[in-house]
Amino acid sequence: MSTYATRKATNWIMLGLCGLCAITATVALIAILSYTIAKGAPAINLQFLTSLPQPVGETGGGISNAILGTLLLVGLACVIGIPVGLLAGIYLSEFGGHRFGSVVRFTADVLFGVPSIVIGMFVYALVVIRMGSFSALSGGIALAFIMMPIIARTAEESLRLVPTTIREAGLALGIPLWRTILSIVLPGALTGVVTGIMLGMARVAGETAPLLFTAFGNRLGFQGLDNPVAALPLQIYRYAISPYSDWQSQAWGAALVLIALVLITSVVVRILTRKRR
Amino acid sequence: MIKSSPLPTGVTVPVRDEERKVSNGGVQEGLVSIGLNAWYGRLLAIRNINIHFEPKHVTAIIGPSGCGKSTLIRCFNRLHETVPGARVSGQVLLDGKDIYSPGTDPVQLRRRIGMVFQRPNPFPTMSIFDNVATGIKLNGGMKGSRLAEIVERSLRHAALWDEVKDKLRNTGTDLSGGQQQRLCIARALAVEPEVLLMDEPCSALDPIATMKIEDLIRSLRETYMIVIVTHNMQQAARVSDFTGFMLAAEDRAGELIEFGPTPQMFTNPKDKRTEDYITGRFG
Amino acid sequence: MRGDAVFPAVTFLAALAIIALMLLIVYQMTIVALPSLERFGAGFLTGTTWDAVTEEFGALPAIFGTIVTSLLALLIAVPLSIGAAIFLTELAPSPVGNVVSFLVELLAAIPSVVYGIWGLFVLVPLVRDPLQRVLGDYLGFLPLFQGPRFGVGVLSAGIILAIMILPLVTATTRDIIRMVPSTQKEAMLALGATKWETIWRAVLPYGRSGIVGAIILGLGRALGETMAVTMVIGNAFKISPSLFAPGQTMASQIASEFAEATSDLYISALIEIGLVLLGISLLVNIMARLLVWRATRGVGGRLKT
Ligand SMILES: Nc1ncnc2c1ncn2[C@@H]1O[C@H](COP(=O)(O)OP(=O)(O)OP(=O)(O)O)[C@@H](O)[C@H]1O
Ligand SMILES: [Mg+2]
Repeated sequence: MSTYATRKATNWIMLGLCGLCAITATVALIAILSYTIAKGAPAINLQFLTSLPQPVGETGGGISNAILGTLLLVGLACVIGIPVGLLAGIYLSEFGGHRFGSVVRFTADVLFGVPSIVIGMFVYALVVIRMGSFSALSGGIALAFIMMPIIARTAEESLRLVPTTIREAGLALGIPLWRTILSIVLPGALTGVVTGIMLGMARVAGETAPLLFTAFGNRLGFQGLDNPVAALPLQIYRYAISPYSDWQSQAWGAALVLIALVLITSVVVRILTRKRR
Repeated sequence: MIKSSPLPTGVTVPVRDEERKVSNGGVQEGLVSIGLNAWYGRLLAIRNINIHFEPKHVTAIIGPSGCGKSTLIRCFNRLHETVPGARVSGQVLLDGKDIYSPGTDPVQLRRRIGMVFQRPNPFPTMSIFDNVATGIKLNGGMKGSRLAEIVERSLRHAALWDEVKDKLRNTGTDLSGGQQQRLCIARALAVEPEVLLMDEPCSALDPIATMKIEDLIRSLRETYMIVIVTHNMQQAARVSDFTGFMLAAEDRAGELIEFGPTPQMFTNPKDKRTEDYITGRFG
Repeated sequence: MRGDAVFPAVTFLAALAIIALMLLIVYQMTIVALPSLERFGAGFLTGTTWDAVTEEFGALPAIFGTIVTSLLALLIAVPLSIGAAIFLTELAPSPVGNVVSFLVELLAAIPSVVYGIWGLFVLVPLVRDPLQRVLGDYLGFLPLFQGPRFGVGVLSAGIILAIMILPLVTATTRDIIRMVPSTQKEAMLALGATKWETIWRAVLPYGRSGIVGAIILGLGRALGETMAVTMVIGNAFKISPSLFAPGQTMASQIASEFAEATSDLYISALIEIGLVLLGISLLVNIMARLLVWRATRGVGGRLKT
């Protein structure tokens, strides 16, 4: 009977440990969130959000350049990434059932796993060297490359959920296939597609590595697409590793702004997908 | 045929006159359910089931799909409650002891009551040997030759030994469907249960494999108390000593309509609904 | 109808663009890395000198650091992830499971640089004291735990990586465990197994190739993770047996030096490191995707962001 007692004890201990693992994961999240809020909130005020950085050596100043820069970069990424990603997603769900489809699908998944710093170097070699300078454009392109596979795969998945009968109904009315897909099937999958786009945006908004040698960062405001531009993650990185305590606390403030942007997007996505189910 | 028994609960329990055994100082042998209800969430799947299984006999449960046959037998090894939201009320007595009493550990209970499932479900990552040995190994302490002995005996019992004795190290999923099902039976027998619950064990098999399993059931009858759920009435007639007929009421709750010795159930059923079902006039 | 001829072709081009992009990445990186490739050959992978003045470049310490930090991350994250995934699928009542799942997914959405700043200001001091103090005092006889206790270093990098891959591995493993048929669990339960024995002997073995895939997926993420590692690893170019020592990963080396790289050969060498990193992560990702795809056929290949 003692073996059974041991087995029962093992059972409870191991199940308890599993619970503990889940608690650890949750605690990690709470620790990061709460610390960022505690350190970041005091740094945030209207002036912090709306003014440019002060010249090096002076305290004060804000991160408006970084906020606008991030919005610009994400916008650029969307302009380039959404059409390609979406069309590729449509191909995969509507025309890509065969071998080539699986190759594309697989490549998209593998592309998604390419380290973002490698994407950054690639765009450096592809665009920055050719243009002769760091630029907002190259940053946008790098982020677009990261976004594309995410959008393609989520678009594919949500388009697949639209029943075939809806396509047949459209075709039966004499509507051409391409109009059926664009004006009937796509709207039917809209929540899913939008979700994928927002996921992609949230992901790239927080990317730092691919911007290090593309967008590069800039302590001034926007100066044209062919010039370096600031971004929140870049500014957080530079400020955090700087020796100035004023910059460090600004880094926390910026981190809080970034986390808020990203997490709010993720929560909205979550609510959208919940409704769909 | 059915009459009340003097149980302390005062609930009507069906007992067969000619088979009634009162040994062990008045404790009823076998498996008895009293007022058994089972739910999936808010759905009442079986209602007020009173049934009695005898040791060393085969009892068949027949009835149309969805009438709660699987649910019923899954209450006897307390597997029903592992489904999220599932619930049971009523009593199930194994040799006079309520298996749903707070003092009963379902894990230990399941060693006494083995189960064979509708589809063969050997563990795909284990060898044939390990599939059979796994139940014994749970309790630890069993050494090489002793373990091999039990595995061989179980496989022989399940009439599979001759077919697999040269490939015990192959994985169980390499076998044919019928062999896999016999492997699952051997796996259940290895822990030496008192009761064997079988949920449509032949429904995924071809006629030859089915015949082999039926032969097996008849031979196992010497040692075990067997409950077999089946869709196939010929099968029930061939292998069982007693038969219970279940039917879902309007609210989908399954009820035990009639219970009796198999020959009588098939030749002279008491209930009109049983007769309709058996003669194929049902639904 | 012209639209019906053009539209599929356009979508096909977009799909083709994804494959073209993948190929272009490999091609373009190789071109720029060519000077370094030609100059150092295979010696690049085994060289331990990294000197911008003499233009002598070898990547071994960065490769070594990448492997050590990633393995350390797996060592910490894998048991936690599998435990959490078991909790989510087999133990938690569904409202609790949903909430924890949601929190874990949020953890995945936090940007790398935020992990970095948190790592730098919160984790590193905690690693210095108590973690390194305790490890050094009690296990200091092992070379692993010797040397000055800076806080920043390989140990901190491994821990922050573990936290970062935890959500990915947890979510993928959770999906794999969900695919295990209930008949497998019931077969084990019916033999008189406890819940844990059922998980350990039936559920996990059944999903093992998928779980290995999930782990390799985590490895792929850890290998390429840049910012957080760069901020806590100390960026020292040397191979040390001690986890306390500062180090370098391929990604952190690129991130910390690329902007300062002046000569063409220096840039070329850094890009070659990028190429090596790309090669390793392609290999790892292809392996992982194949395993996970096979295990979750149908639901397959769903991207975890
Ligand atoms: N896991 C479950 N969750 C909810 N309802 C269930 C579940 N399993 C079975 N039911 C319901 O319980 C009722 C009885 O099902 P059960 O599987 O016991 O029938 P059965 O007689 O075994 O049918 P079959 O002959 O098809 O196997 C059915 O109405 C079924 O829909
Ligand atoms: Mg059934």
